[in-house]
Amino acid sequence: MNLTTLTITQTHQGLKDKKFSALELANAYLDKIKQSDKDIFAYLHVTEKLAIEQAKKIDDLIFKNEKLPLLAGIPCAIKDNILIKGEQSTAGSKILENYIAPYDAGVIKKLNKQGSVFLGKTNLDEFAMGSSTENSAFGPTKNPCDLERVPGGSSGGSAAAVAADECAFALGSDTGGSVRLPASFCGVVGLKPSYGAVSRNGLIAFASSLDQIGPITKTVEDAKIVFNAIRGRDEMDSTSVEINPASAKTTAWQSKIQNLRIGVPKEYFVKGINPEVEKTIRSAIKQYEKMGAKIKEISLPHTKYALAVYYIISPSEASANLARFDGIKYGYSESKNQDNLLDVYLQTRGKGFGKEVRRRIMLGIYALSAGYYDAYYLKAQKVRTRIIEDFNKAFQDIDVIMAPVSPTTAFKLGEKVDDPITMYLSDIFTISVNLAGLPALSLPCGKVDNLPVGLQLIGNVFEEEKILDIARELEYRV
Amino acid sequence: MFDVKHIAKLARLGLSAQELAKIQKELSSIFDFFKELEQVDVSDVKPTSHAYFLENIVREDVAKKQLPKTVAQLVKSAPETKNRYVKVKPIL
Repeated sequence: MNLTTLTITQTHQGLKDKKFSALELANAYLDKIKQSDKDIFAYLHVTEKLAIEQAKKIDDLIFKNEKLPLLAGIPCAIKDNILIKGEQSTAGSKILENYIAPYDAGVIKKLNKQGSVFLGKTNLDEFAMGSSTENSAFGPTKNPCDLERVPGGSSGGSAAAVAADECAFALGSDTGGSVRLPASFCGVVGLKPSYGAVSRNGLIAFASSLDQIGPITKTVEDAKIVFNAIRGRDEMDSTSVEINPASAKTTAWQSKIQNLRIGVPKEYFVKGINPEVEKTIRSAIKQYEKMGAKIKEISLPHTKYALAVYYIISPSEASANLARFDGIKYGYSESKNQDNLLDVYLQTRGKGFGKEVRRRIMLGIYALSAGYYDAYYLKAQKVRTRIIEDFNKAFQDIDVIMAPVSPTTAFKLGEKVDDPITMYLSDIFTISVNLAGLPALSLPCGKVDNLPVGLQLIGNVFEEEKILDIARELEYRV
Repeated sequence: MFDVKHIAKLARLGLSAQELAKIQKELSSIFDFFKELEQVDVSDVKPTSHAYFLENIVREDVAKKQLPKTVAQLVKSAPETKNRYVKVKPIL
């Protein structure tokens, strides 16, 4: 039996039936990583010792015939901007190269409670700023579907690890599309939960009003299992909220698809979209129509401003969040080479941060600086309100929005690195969702030239369960 | 346009003259792109800082005692230390 291709549910059953042990399972994944990650570079750091220790604990539970939570013994990969106590957490940055996390993130505490096995920390664009994983200080991750192409970003390592069977599931973070874009490019499932659904405690902050941690998995059912494990209020994140638990049992949505109202925003099918990608997305939506759903063209008129709003708000928040990296408290430091405090700051930050991070800090500081605040930051916050109003209005007449995740399939390594605006355009269909705090899922729905295409399902706030169940109905058919 | 040298100082980023010139160019084109926001009428619109409304959430202002082990580890994370203190350059 090939253990590394199983879904979470299948793996859980196998452990329960004692077809294999948790240790055998962990070793199967560790071997797979050794064999294929040289080429893919999904992992920055493999936590082999921790994984084996955790697996042995689960085998003890199995031996004693104790009840196993769904994620007990399931090997997973964690994006390297999420803290696991005692392990390296670089956020893909040289400034945190030797940083060892002093505590567990909220989501890690929850996974620990279930007994998940941590295989390692995955690669990302530095501080999650990027759409290709090429901004990692430690080198790019390759797309397992085509090693000459990017896996998408910023959670490229997590998506590539899932796609290459180097873990059973992974966690990523999504500020402007960083879970959905790599899931789409690598042909796996990625869920960005509603803002507040999952604790951000222990997630190295990028843009605090947009960041959310989400699962990347092989199937929709797996995404639901992981989401249910990590969601909920955490006293360490005052913006996290308790929502009604998604029922473990899958409701028969088939019957509900009969009357499902699907909104297709016309602004998401514009010039610049690869025509073959558009065809694939439209034929996926057509499948729902065949199942009895009603398709309605809708308008989200402020869509075209979302990119500008996002690239004002997120660097502004980032410039404040990243002020903590000063060469004094932790991380890379030029302290020993400088005589005065200002030079310690300037040199530590100038050398410790990579090019894209420096660019975004400059952008954010400028947008927030005296005399420009009203024209940029405040204006962006107001247009953000308009974008939210668009969605609120749309959801009065529809149940779910369907659109592409990205206008193209995975692009070649190096193709967009020298042109920030072209790179920023990769996120054009994903960022509005973050600005509005909505849940959205990327579902593999076909291929163009052998490269995966992701259908994006956007739900109203806290309707994760609904979009997961709707996605499942198509998943069976693709 | 804007004074990148001043912005870099506010950002506490030590950048070479060459990089400053490059960033000046890149930021100019990015800010040109932001100009499209001028078309949106936002009179009477409230700014959004968070996606949904939350009341301030408060807790009692009490320090939680940490294990000496945790404290030692945090101090150890600092690049320069003396005994149980984090060392900082003199500022006066």
